[in-house]
Amino acid sequence: MTVKELAQKLELNFLVEADADRQVLSGYCGDLLSWVMSRAKEGDCWFTVMGNINCVAVAVLGDCACIVLCENAVLDDDARLRAEQQGVNILQSEENSFNLSVKLGKLL
Amino acid sequence: MSLYTLHYDVPGDDFTRAGEASGDVKAQLKKLGFDPGTVRNVVIALYEAEINMVIHAGGGVIDVEVEPDSITMVLTDHGPGIPDIELAMTEGYSTAPDNVRSLGFGAGMGLPNIKKYTDEMVIDSTVGVGTVMKLRVNIKE
Ligand SMILES: Nc1ncnc2c1ncn2[C@@H]1O[C@H](COP(=O)(O)OP(=O)(O)OP(=O)(O)O)[C@@H](O)[C@H]1O
Ligand SMILES: [Mg+2]
Repeated sequence: MTVKELAQKLELNFLVEADADRQVLSGYCGDLLSWVMSRAKEGDCWFTVMGNINCVAVAVLGDCACIVLCENAVLDDDARLRAEQQGVNILQSEENSFNLSVKLGKLL
Repeated sequence: MSLYTLHYDVPGDDFTRAGEASGDVKAQLKKLGFDPGTVRNVVIALYEAEINMVIHAGGGVIDVEVEPDSITMVLTDHGPGIPDIELAMTEGYSTAPDNVRSLGFGAGMGLPNIKKYTDEMVIDSTVGVGTVMKLRVNIKE
């Protein structure tokens, strides 16, 4: 499943559409960056409420397929800019990470 | 014999740039053709150490040496030093201030992650002088 297909099926809004054909392989939930850094895997859809520039760095270094900001968490302006520069997909949803994970689990 | 060396100055307290050195090292290692597993180990360890230098020590310098069988990273700062290294290495131990925690740091997992993803980790720290962290990742055949 591509990030674009994920966006349609989970009704996510693109905040940064960088590489929408990227494959989503699995998922990870977390807001503490050093947990995410060491546990998230390549191709993960990362569910979080953290929308700052450091999250973009973690997503790049960890090769995440996309960041999904849950519960309408805000994306900082400098984070948006960095994501555009570095090609990181960022999406947003009003739902929480549990509900979104359940839906993703059924699709994978 | 070193094949390749890289040097970075890491500014202190600039969270918008934190991770730049790690990102560059990742790109260079990929370009040099290292396997994804090795690159991942290097990048996780280096990112955690780089961020620690920014958050806890006001920045510093990073030197990376790429050799045929290993990648060595030396991070040097002139921050406050680490008074009790064993304690600092404990999962969950953190002195990160609230403003940094609100960004998602401060789980106290950085140093344990570094240990997990490297083959050698040596911390040489003197209170009031600074910290030198030497990390080595062996290249698997
Ligand atoms: N370069 C350094 N200079 C001074 N103190 C340091 C340095 N690196 C780590 N420390 C100390 O060691 C503690 C543990 O570091 P560690 O990276 O494990 O956790 P953290 O940085 O607090 O949180 P996290 O890495 O999970 O975001 C820090 O809170 C800090 O007190
Ligand atoms: Mg840390």
